[in-house]
Amino acid sequence: MSDTLLNVSIRYGFLILLVGMLVFFSVAAPGFSNPRSAVFIFQSVAITGILALGVTCTLVVDGFDLSIGAVATSALMLSAYSMVILEQPAIVAVMLCLAMGALVGLINGLLIVKFRVPDLLATLGMMFLLIGLQRIPTQGNSIATGMALPDGSVAEGTFADAFLWIGRHRFDLVIERLVPVPVVIFLVIAVLIWLFLGFTRHGRLMYAIGSNQRAAALVGTPVNSYKVVAYMISGVTASIGGILLAARLGRGDIASGNNLLLDSVAAALIGFAVLGAARPNAFGTAIGALFVGILLQGMTMMNAPYYTQDFVKGAVLVIALVFTFYLSSRRVSGT
Amino acid sequence: MTLPVLDVSGIEKSFGPNHVLRGADLSIPAGTVTVLMGANGAGKSTLVKILCGHHVADHGQMVLSGKPYRPRDVSDAISRGVVTVHQSIDDGVIPDLDVASNLMLDQLAQRGGPLWVRDRKLRQQAQSVASAMALDVDLSSRVCTLPVADRQMIAIARALAHAPKVLVLDEPTSSLSASEAERLFSLIDRLRDQGVAVLYISHRMSDLRRIADRIVVLRDGAVAGLYDSQPLDLESAVTAMLGHRMTDSNITAQRSDQPILEVKDLRVFTESAPIDLSVGSGEVVAITGLLGSGKSRFSEILFGMRQPVCGSITIDGAQFTPRHLRDAKERGVFLSPKDRATNAVLPDFDIANNMTVPFLGSLSRASFIATKKQRAWSDRMIQQVGVVCQSNRDAITTLSGGNQQKVMIARWLLEPARVLLLDEPFQGVDIGARRDIAEHIRRSARGRATIAFMTEIDEALEIADRIIVMNEGALIGEHINGVSIDLAAIVTQISGHAPL
Repeated sequence: MSDTLLNVSIRYGFLILLVGMLVFFSVAAPGFSNPRSAVFIFQSVAITGILALGVTCTLVVDGFDLSIGAVATSALMLSAYSMVILEQPAIVAVMLCLAMGALVGLINGLLIVKFRVPDLLATLGMMFLLIGLQRIPTQGNSIATGMALPDGSVAEGTFADAFLWIGRHRFDLVIERLVPVPVVIFLVIAVLIWLFLGFTRHGRLMYAIGSNQRAAALVGTPVNSYKVVAYMISGVTASIGGILLAARLGRGDIASGNNLLLDSVAAALIGFAVLGAARPNAFGTAIGALFVGILLQGMTMMNAPYYTQDFVKGAVLVIALVFTFYLSSRRVSGT
Repeated sequence: MTLPVLDVSGIEKSFGPNHVLRGADLSIPAGTVTVLMGANGAGKSTLVKILCGHHVADHGQMVLSGKPYRPRDVSDAISRGVVTVHQSIDDGVIPDLDVASNLMLDQLAQRGGPLWVRDRKLRQQAQSVASAMALDVDLSSRVCTLPVADRQMIAIARALAHAPKVLVLDEPTSSLSASEAERLFSLIDRLRDQGVAVLYISHRMSDLRRIADRIVVLRDGAVAGLYDSQPLDLESAVTAMLGHRMTDSNITAQRSDQPILEVKDLRVFTESAPIDLSVGSGEVVAITGLLGSGKSRFSEILFGMRQPVCGSITIDGAQFTPRHLRDAKERGVFLSPKDRATNAVLPDFDIANNMTVPFLGSLSRASFIATKKQRAWSDRMIQQVGVVCQSNRDAITTLSGGNQQKVMIARWLLEPARVLLLDEPFQGVDIGARRDIAEHIRRSARGRATIAFMTEIDEALEIADRIIVMNEGALIGEHINGVSIDLAAIVTQISGHAPL
């Protein structure tokens, strides 16, 4: 009897908590339960969610990518630089950012599989490197149209309209101008990664690598290639996150994106607890990101001060981790 | 002979339905080396774990120096004077610490010890421990830089710092070379002279010859023979260890005239004799030999994980030079590796996913896994091999060792192999599961060449048409399995005292 209760709480506990939270806020905070508020929640978690989906891929192969936040802010600065200072069109800016993300992922992967640097350390190093690198071209300044350049001239370029469209356009869905582009991109990436990890043989082999790398290699899995691919996915998704951030802000703000790494890692780790998976999974990651978003939105609408937000996120993460590691281990030893 | 230091009688122990020890009796006198022999699954390691306080016996009594002995846990056993050095050496040392700290580890771990480590004093104490053992290593070097034998010596030295009455050594030579083993033996000689009762678990003939004063043979959880008159009757001991089980497996050896795998003039070591071997369709060949005989190296060469010194391999007459294990897999050469837990089991996966992981390519369309087909394939294998489980969705970790191994073997039977290599397929497998696996391998053997690499002769007898003995990289004996097989000859060839 208590065993089934335990199993149900492990499996559905987090989803029940989510529904409970939705009901509570709908009753307690007027204006919470309407489409615009729902979209706002999605919008607030879209960028961290995209990053979290990427880091999920590295968690699956028993790795970790700490450089995602730095990749995202680098993409932010790179897109601004290419449009404002190099005066390139939107498509070039986007392509540059995606290529940069893939390259960083490739380097991360090679550091880990070829040079045998432990994953946390390799990506930590890459994080520092990128944070520093993105400041060098502009001597530490944010990028905006009209800024003074080192050679005395003034930056003439502007953010292309097509680029800003990515961050600001809203599609009609029943209500006019409801769903912003970043939310659509988030949902598309979530579905793609969910399909890739859960239903393709590549995803299955990546889980095999995460479970027992030696065994995976001995059945003929190209372990190193899959690991590199995982880091490249992570790099590319992080750069997409950076592009969306830049398109929303409309300037190359050096100070934005500070919280991206912690928020997205938290979402991926919270995702372990969803449906009792006890391992990284795309569905859980998306739910994890939404969970945090709903909680913060509800609290904001109930006038909780902004500075309590990080505390709340931390608390949710700790509870989710207890769910994952303590309860699941009891389930295994119990049967 | 003196009075026994440790006297064990009627020990029984079950794990679930698995009755591992069925009334084992054992007495270990001071100043002698008692060797405990037994095939896999005979209950040796369970008995050792009861002695060292890791398990508690269900029934039976143990008396240590005239007092009842019932250790609560491992540290209780140590403080009572029963000290165990376990088989896997790296459990006994901390690789990243230096030798001195490793030797004094127990003192460092002691409750209420001093806060500050006084390095000079630590080194002095360690030096005295080391010299008492005639251990000649640099105390400041890190343990991970030392050869295996030195690590083993350090683990034993630390054990001896407790002035044990009984020293239990669990297969201590299993990862040592001959000269390294000799150092260990001379140490054991000294301990015997000091009056320590040594219980030495091994079934390596060379060890037995060199070190044993008495031999106790364990079979199916009970003592099957005690040999203590000099000279020791090794042949009878081996026969007692193998028991009548070999006659149970009434194999009629198959001969094949369609060779699949042919090996010519292949050298596994630079200075070893060349190997010639031909394995035909439908044949099951067991290659047996001690550790370091080149057996594992040979299997790695066949699987493309290592290049031979020279020589050629052909499959169906075509040259086979695998650069990588994926080359081997593409040519239909499959290997089920030894050490299931590290090399084969995916602990996060269920049975079906564990089983089908090598052939996900054939099970997917446009990379998407055909789940129904995957489940159907695994259900078919579960039934054929006889995996005891609720469904193919059971987590692999909920299965017993034997059933896990069945899944690991079944993995490589999903698609037809040309050459199936099985490295220690019966490792950590109970007798019932062994039978099932052997039977299924033999039943499905048609159309492929099967080679099993195994250390234990009795395991080879259960599965093979031919048994080939390997020693120092050479194939030194070949025996057709059957009622009239010359067991004694195999034993002498394995231990390397064979007239060719």
